[in-house]
Amino acid sequence: MTKNILKMSPAFADIIPAEYRELVDNGPYGRDVGVAELGTFKELLEEHPLCAGCGLALALRIFLASLPAPEDTIVVGSTGCSSLVFPQAAVQNIHSLFGNQNSVASGLKRALKLRFPDKDKDVIVVAGDGATADIGLDMVMHSWFRRENITTIMLDNEAYANTGGQESGMSQQGTVLYMAPKGKNFPKISMPELAREAGCVYVAVGTPAQPRKLEKMIKRAILLARHIGPTYVQIMTPCPTNYKFKNNETVNRLKGLEKDGVFKPREYITAEAQEALNKLEEVSK
Amino acid sequence: MSQEYQVLAGPEGYLPPAAAVMGVELPKTGEALVEGSLVSDTEALHKIADKLLSAKNPFFFPGPLLLWAWKAGVAERAQAVRDLADAVGAGVIPMPDYRPKYPMINPAIEINPNHPNLTIWHNKIDVCVFVGVHCHYANIALKIIRGGTSCYTIALCGEAGHEDAMISLRDVNLAKIQELTAIVMDKKRQIAGGGK
Repeated sequence: MTKNILKMSPAFADIIPAEYRELVDNGPYGRDVGVAELGTFKELLEEHPLCAGCGLALALRIFLASLPAPEDTIVVGSTGCSSLVFPQAAVQNIHSLFGNQNSVASGLKRALKLRFPDKDKDVIVVAGDGATADIGLDMVMHSWFRRENITTIMLDNEAYANTGGQESGMSQQGTVLYMAPKGKNFPKISMPELAREAGCVYVAVGTPAQPRKLEKMIKRAILLARHIGPTYVQIMTPCPTNYKFKNNETVNRLKGLEKDGVFKPREYITAEAQEALNKLEEVSK
Repeated sequence: MSQEYQVLAGPEGYLPPAAAVMGVELPKTGEALVEGSLVSDTEALHKIADKLLSAKNPFFFPGPLLLWAWKAGVAERAQAVRDLADAVGAGVIPMPDYRPKYPMINPAIEINPNHPNLTIWHNKIDVCVFVGVHCHYANIALKIIRGGTSCYTIALCGEAGHEDAMISLRDVNLAKIQELTAIVMDKKRQIAGGGK
């Protein structure tokens, strides 16, 4: 993207609202800022309508701060809680039909490669567990089989949260929700392992309770997707509304799930991706 | 379907028909639309000047194509539009991008294409000018305004024009904006002098 798009026309500079002025003067575009600098720069999202204590909100704040090049990023979303956020974020985004996100992202990435052959444009799918592991599983898996150069990020709140609380494939076995009163009767889908087997060169499972670690995973996934192959990051984002815990307990709940062995952060990386990553991280030192 | 459908200030009601569906066609080069009828470009320029000068509370809504100096020549066009708004004595409220804002935008300082009625109601705007707004967002916003408010809409379009505006110019460039400013200044002088 030309940075001129961030230049105000002098004739109207006096009427540009403060939010936009701050993005121009102190936003993350073209700058090397990340999670460690949160609070010192204008973030890409000012307000959002998610519930208090929402794990997604926390994860998305970290995600937006982790983008290596927000001015050259297009987020492809799908139906779900996260789709309430992206139309308000100061980053290019497309909302796809429920489940179609990885197909839309595939086409978009291919078109961008043709249109901007000398420029890296990051196409990142950000969708919930329902869109990724249930309704869109076909499109997700086939984008990985085809080795599309896109990053897929699943915000895993283990439920269909904004439609009243139905179980998803990612809910734990036995989970009782408002719309699943008898409890889920099959285990959580092993998406990270499916992703690894389906051709993702980098797979990570993280949590916003460890922001720096999650930032590293997101950055790695985006950078590797540029030239090496598809990547997948699964972020655990508990839902206080449907899982009935207090909205100030989200981070403690994440830590508790990890301590109890219910949630396991992990990374898989191919030899080729590891080699590329070593070079990238050497350069950035 | 009526061939004589007039694109008039509303409120026309929830979900007004798109003017195109009612038989209003986009103007050809050198033409313009006034309330759904094709007129000459020059006639439309005078109508715009008359509407703006007789308005109680006119406002310009510059969009992202003008607010951001994204390519050569934009800053000059932006200055020309600002000069035009100043000549009219109109207010200016920007539409910096098309993000919906929740829980709500601040209608005193910005306008959003998804809820343009909020800004119009809040500021009691009776005539507004869309300029520098991408066509697809201008179309939806103009329709919402016609459906829910009594505001008179004018679209200064750099492309093919907008059927859903009450007055729409097409191919608007720097020279045309300056021509409109000159007409406004001339009419103001006539009004001040008591002439016609």
